[in-house]
Amino acid sequence: MKRYSVFAVAREGLRYHTGWERAWRSPTPKKKYDAIIVGAGGHGLATAYYLGKNHGITNVAIIEKGWLGGGNTGRNTTIIRSNYLQDPSAAIYDKALKLYENLSQDLNYNVMFSPRGLIMLAQTHHEVRGYQRTVMANQLQGVATEWVTPQQLKEIVPILNIDGPRYPVLGGLYQKRGGTARHDAVAWGYARACSAMGMDVIQQCEVTGVRRDGNKVIGVSTTKGDIDCDKLGMVVAGHTSVLAEMAGFRLPIESVALQALVSEPIKPCMDVVVMANTVHGYMSQSDKGEMVIGGGTDSFNNYTQRGSFHHIEETVRALVETFPIISRLKMLRQWGGIVDMTGDRSPIISKTPVDGIFVNCGWGTGGFKAIPGSGWAMAELMAKGHSPLAEEFHMYRFREGKFIDESVAAGVAH
Amino acid sequence: MLTLHCPYCGIQADETELAAGGEAHLKRYGPGSSDDEFETYLFMRENKKGVHLERWRHAYGCGKWFLAARDTATLEVYGTYAAQTSEPPVEVKAAIRAKHPGWTWKEQA
Ligand SMILES: Cc1cc2nc3c(=O)[nH]c(=O)nc-3n(C[C@H](O)[C@H](O)[C@H](O)COP(=O)(O)OP(=O)(O)OC[C@H]3O[C@@H](n4cnc5c(N)ncnc54)[C@H](O)[C@@H]3O)c2cc1C
Ligand SMILES: [Zn+2]
Repeated sequence: MKRYSVFAVAREGLRYHTGWERAWRSPTPKKKYDAIIVGAGGHGLATAYYLGKNHGITNVAIIEKGWLGGGNTGRNTTIIRSNYLQDPSAAIYDKALKLYENLSQDLNYNVMFSPRGLIMLAQTHHEVRGYQRTVMANQLQGVATEWVTPQQLKEIVPILNIDGPRYPVLGGLYQKRGGTARHDAVAWGYARACSAMGMDVIQQCEVTGVRRDGNKVIGVSTTKGDIDCDKLGMVVAGHTSVLAEMAGFRLPIESVALQALVSEPIKPCMDVVVMANTVHGYMSQSDKGEMVIGGGTDSFNNYTQRGSFHHIEETVRALVETFPIISRLKMLRQWGGIVDMTGDRSPIISKTPVDGIFVNCGWGTGGFKAIPGSGWAMAELMAKGHSPLAEEFHMYRFREGKFIDESVAAGVAH
Repeated sequence: MLTLHCPYCGIQADETELAAGGEAHLKRYGPGSSDDEFETYLFMRENKKGVHLERWRHAYGCGKWFLAARDTATLEVYGTYAAQTSEPPVEVKAAIRAKHPGWTWKEQA
């Protein structure tokens, strides 16, 4: 793999950009791999990357039914933060944030990480108490967050209407290290680095069955034939239940649509990410100037990557009171992804009832921010059978009642 | 927008007047059941890509619960029926089988 650098840009500039090589190979599958990862979204690719980088396991294939990053990874609104309430969440999301801070250098690929700061508005007294509690929890966890007053908020976000009649802004939870990154670049950067380590990223190849010998996995069936493996990682987000059924077990997951939309581009007007959880909407401004907007999930089970129009309407209607300047913006594009929701709104990184099969799922509406940390933990779990970061995220916590309850802490999809 | 026929008031209701209630025909487990049964009842869902039997409430209409057979891969609605049943009525099963010939409803449970 040729490294990207300012010298490479200069060299290629002088020879009409004829020397750039493909960022990753498109190999035909081998007969057998040490490990197969199903799903080339961010979490699958990051798992493969850290299997190679941290544990020296490079005989790995990442199998993707569509194109890499074409699932939720390429459809999300890219909010990155680690201001969670529960300790296991703070640990894994903050690990991810720390890795994001150096990811461009690590991967030699510009993921455009932009730690522009993130604010969660408190618009009810209940939320004020909730977020003040989170600030204190974050202090104990070593995650820097602070409480800001409405007047401070008005200075940070001038377009904010802090005295809306229905939901006045009463304060906010501010994480200065939070921000955004370029979603496709995260997938592409990991894929390029995996390919450079000799791993096979196999696109347009759907896993259609899981093959077992007794209670041990021996491989998968795919639309490109059978492929054997010693270890199998299922990292397929909204399709987790489908894959688990192929392997013969069940998971506490439901798949629903989550949508987002962007406006026409406008001049820079907001240089932080703002989430308004009570009214169920959030917004940031892309480098192109578009306002990137998201809201809550649809209510019913759905695998179609299309959501209900009235949810978009609700999200935008809710945001208009808090951000009056968007009331006359035209919206350009809208899309949906299928998110994998667990009962406690926390992810699952776990061994499964089948030997050799590991699952990483349940990131639901908020897993983009976790990609590096999740891949780190999943790789460790697959390589060593144990990972401190993943410890409490096992799939049996629902039976034991050991929930990692973030559903109250993060009332909105992000 | 999703519209469902309310079997009680007989109107075609818009999604905005309905509230989704998750998978239908769950078997309830309570005191005295095993950990396995209780976990399954509380958290494990079919979450099928395909035929899904589910509960809906006509929240801003007559207020009553009813059941629907819907396809989560195509968003097609195969039919709705009253909640006081332990399995889908024959015409709903027939509508499902017209699209999914091998489908039997017991596999869903
Ligand atoms: C609209 C929207 C907004 C969001 N906003 C945010 C946000 O602001 N911040 C944040 O942190 N998170 C956000 N999220 C959540 C985030 O996108 C996801 O949690 C994350 O991207 C999940 O990554 P993944 O790698 O697990 O899944 P995916 O990226 O979905 O990858 C799974 C892959 O598996 C493949 N696959 C499935 N079945 C098979 C099969 N049988 N064989 C082979 N391949 C298969 C799929 O094609 C897919 O590419 C948002 C999500 C959506 C939909
Ligand atoms: Zn009715």
